[in-house]
Amino acid sequence: MSDLTDLTIEEAHALLQRGEVSSVELTQAHLERIEAVDGLIRSYLTVTAGQALDQARAADARRAEGEDTPLLGVPLSYKDVLCTRGVQTTCGSRILEGYRPPYTATAIEKLEALGAVMLGKTNMDEFAMGSSTENSAYVVTRNPWDTERVPGGSSGGSAASVAARLAVASLGTDTGGSIRQPASLCGVVGLKPSYGRVSRYGLVAFASSLDQIGPLTRSVTDAALMLNAIAGHDPRDSTSMNVEVPDYTAALRADMQGLRVGVPREYFIEGMQPAVEAAVRAAIDQLAELGAEIREVSLPHTDAALPVYYLVAPAEASANLARFDGVRYGPRVVAGSMWETYRQTRGQGFGPEVKRRIMLGTYALSAGYYDAYYLKAQKVRTLIKQDFEQAFEQVDLIACPVSPTTAFRIGERIDDPLQMYLSDVLTLAVNLAGICGISIPCGFDENDLPIGLQLIGPAFGEEQVLRAAYAYEQSTDWHTRVPAL
Amino acid sequence: MIEYEPVIGLEVHAELLTRSKMFCSCAVVDSTEAEPNRYVCPVCTAQPGVLPVINRQAVEYAMMVGLALNCTINEFNQFARKSYFYPDLPKGYQISQYEHPLASNGWLEIEVGDSTRRIGIRRAHLEEDTGKLFHVGDHSLVDLNRAGVPLLEIVSEPDMRSVEEVEAYARKLRAILVYLGVNHGDMSKGVLRFEANISIRPRGSEELNTRTEIKNLNSIRSLVRATRYEIQRQIEVVESGGQVVQQTMGFDEDTGRTQAQRGKEQAHDYRYFPEPDLPPLHISREWVAEIGERLPELPDARRERFIQEFGLSLQDAVVLVADKAVADYYEAALAAGGDPKIVANWVTGELFRLMNTAGLEIGGIRVAPEALVELIALVEAGKINNNTAKEVLEIMFETGRGAEEIVEERGLAQISDSSALEVLVERVIAENPQQVQKYLGGKEGLLGWFVGQVMRETKGQANAQMVNEMFRKRLEALREG
Repeated sequence: MSDLTDLTIEEAHALLQRGEVSSVELTQAHLERIEAVDGLIRSYLTVTAGQALDQARAADARRAEGEDTPLLGVPLSYKDVLCTRGVQTTCGSRILEGYRPPYTATAIEKLEALGAVMLGKTNMDEFAMGSSTENSAYVVTRNPWDTERVPGGSSGGSAASVAARLAVASLGTDTGGSIRQPASLCGVVGLKPSYGRVSRYGLVAFASSLDQIGPLTRSVTDAALMLNAIAGHDPRDSTSMNVEVPDYTAALRADMQGLRVGVPREYFIEGMQPAVEAAVRAAIDQLAELGAEIREVSLPHTDAALPVYYLVAPAEASANLARFDGVRYGPRVVAGSMWETYRQTRGQGFGPEVKRRIMLGTYALSAGYYDAYYLKAQKVRTLIKQDFEQAFEQVDLIACPVSPTTAFRIGERIDDPLQMYLSDVLTLAVNLAGICGISIPCGFDENDLPIGLQLIGPAFGEEQVLRAAYAYEQSTDWHTRVPAL
Repeated sequence: MIEYEPVIGLEVHAELLTRSKMFCSCAVVDSTEAEPNRYVCPVCTAQPGVLPVINRQAVEYAMMVGLALNCTINEFNQFARKSYFYPDLPKGYQISQYEHPLASNGWLEIEVGDSTRRIGIRRAHLEEDTGKLFHVGDHSLVDLNRAGVPLLEIVSEPDMRSVEEVEAYARKLRAILVYLGVNHGDMSKGVLRFEANISIRPRGSEELNTRTEIKNLNSIRSLVRATRYEIQRQIEVVESGGQVVQQTMGFDEDTGRTQAQRGKEQAHDYRYFPEPDLPPLHISREWVAEIGERLPELPDARRERFIQEFGLSLQDAVVLVADKAVADYYEAALAAGGDPKIVANWVTGELFRLMNTAGLEIGGIRVAPEALVELIALVEAGKINNNTAKEVLEIMFETGRGAEEIVEERGLAQISDSSALEVLVERVIAENPQQVQKYLGGKEGLLGWFVGQVMRETKGQANAQMVNEMFRKRLEALREG
């Protein structure tokens, strides 16, 4: 039997089902490893050890009663942007220090109903704004493959916790690449579901029209299991779609016969790390080997994705973050007047990247600038969406890199916002179009840093994305490598 | 000298009295009574991560108002965020409608004096109310019970040309909201609030001049006072060679004056943008038709019916339908057997007088419609006269007791026994020979004096009509005899 912390959901479930291991043992093993390793990795902001063991005991009791679900007793981590009743939820920000939500996010509620165990809440860029998790107001999370490097972001804590075997799987959120990019940089699987596939209720909003919750796992099957658990319409989220949820594991097949895969010429950009391009091109060849028909496609408005994203997302964020005023929750810095109290509370509570984006967004929405910036961005967003719609008339999937580079060094890009923004240049358009995408391991660079392959599907095309990802995964062994810690 | 006319448009904020709030399932309660912050949840307190869900009932109420105001109910509806910071606004933005309101291009007919006028309705859109701040010493407290209550903003065209028209519009609109059952119209609870946009111009001119906006007018009385004051103020500004400055003003109830609000509060850039948490709301034509069929009878229709069915004068009908509760009371009285015209006279006369004196609305009085009809029946049967009936009504109004009971207890029944009255008539004639001579000498006007003597004798309980007739017959007999 392998180490308990190396198990996938699928493997853990099999052992739990056969009674070879209890949830308490599994949970305990993870808590011990967190104790041993997370001092270095810093993937967690909060570890809920006591509660986790309570949940594990409850899961074991449910199993003893004859109950079984794929997640019953499986220990998971959740990005700290997801509300958990009574458990501190900070979004990586000082402005929510000590905040204990009065309710739990729908996605987590669903996992809890299936008996999943929460190990704790993972680190992130403040309010999910960033690509390295360095914008956390609390700690710097380290990449398990090279602790001098970033894990990516903003779901860097979630990705690191899964890669470092500090959780079986995790929930992250993806607004412009925040699941896929850290998954790529940490060598795990990260799925961004289509907009409306998973309820956003309880996800502290960064950009409401872009945010989506998704799983970070160590296998494609696990990603399918997690999506099964969290997908579906939620009456509390009017943007969650009432589209039937298939059994995503049923779609998983080891071949790609009949699937047409498009390769967008615009996604192999100048300045891309050669090892990344080589690994992704090799992966595409492998897809062909598996029976896929490869075609070149064009997404002509790709260049516009970055500027459009940096108008739309900050504009929405500027309103979404207005509620953090110290009146009802979070620390309040009391000053001379009401306005001064606002200024001090927000001035001290938010970090520099959050302030930058609030200002960007406020500007883009201001009288006299709205048409030129926000409105125009929305129009171009429609063009980007149409690019994909046209491409998906010719192909079933699109294959491309996730991140132009592998994990960069801590501190390397933190002072250069534009350079940092480029980390997401290949993932942003998927969010703008509301479609789905996955990152799966497809190789390593010269420094033994993981490289991710991005497979993009149309809206509610998660089945074909997972099927292709699974076929590729089963024909390679990149996912079997474990970072040495 | 130039004669000026005001150009006035009104914005009315009406809370929609749905069971739950606009975007969450918290109860809509009387926020002037409820324990602070009791009717709140994660959504209306804007906890991180929550999302709004549109209240279908609020949409239907808004559609009803839109239809009653002859508006187009728009198919494509979009909510928008209106951003500003204030502690009574938990999200830091209000969810409202901006470019795509629910209703637009309607009108409302008002009566002023003998004429009727149509006032254009530009739009009516849905939004959510804010919470309330209480200032205690040097700090403030926030109550979020009201935060998220559905609010309908009804914006008129600048079509009103006098204070009287403003008042008539406000009253008519209020009546319609109450008739529709979407608002109880009690302005002391803050469920109906006004803002007036006012400019002036020389009469006959078609230009639109710089306007001022008076905010937070919480009663029709304040609206009327503030409007009257502001028109005069603008005339004085212009007459003295100045210019009206575009500004937001407040109204000071104590001084009766409008005052410019501080710059900070008017320098808002609300940064509207479509609410990404709510997909556009499509209102099907079938839905509109369904709501149209459910519309209750509105004030104008009821007025016409009162005229046609009950033969009332226009004046009486207008007065009776202005307040739905009054019209309901009136019809309940008719259902109890009252005569339409006589009941109308009693309601608009004595009952209104008593209500005004006591400062009560009709819903708060102790005289049931059936009791009023019982009182009227006593008059009709000749058991009491009109003056006694007024006294009895006053007692009924104060005590809530029945007319018959009061008449009996206090011995107020009218004396209609002709033999008893005959004795009194004879006595008065016998005791006042001089007056009798004067009468016979041509001063027939003294008849009333004779009647008065008997009335005094009977403490007003004699059947005046009978006594009158008796004296006339008796005195004329003397003349002939």
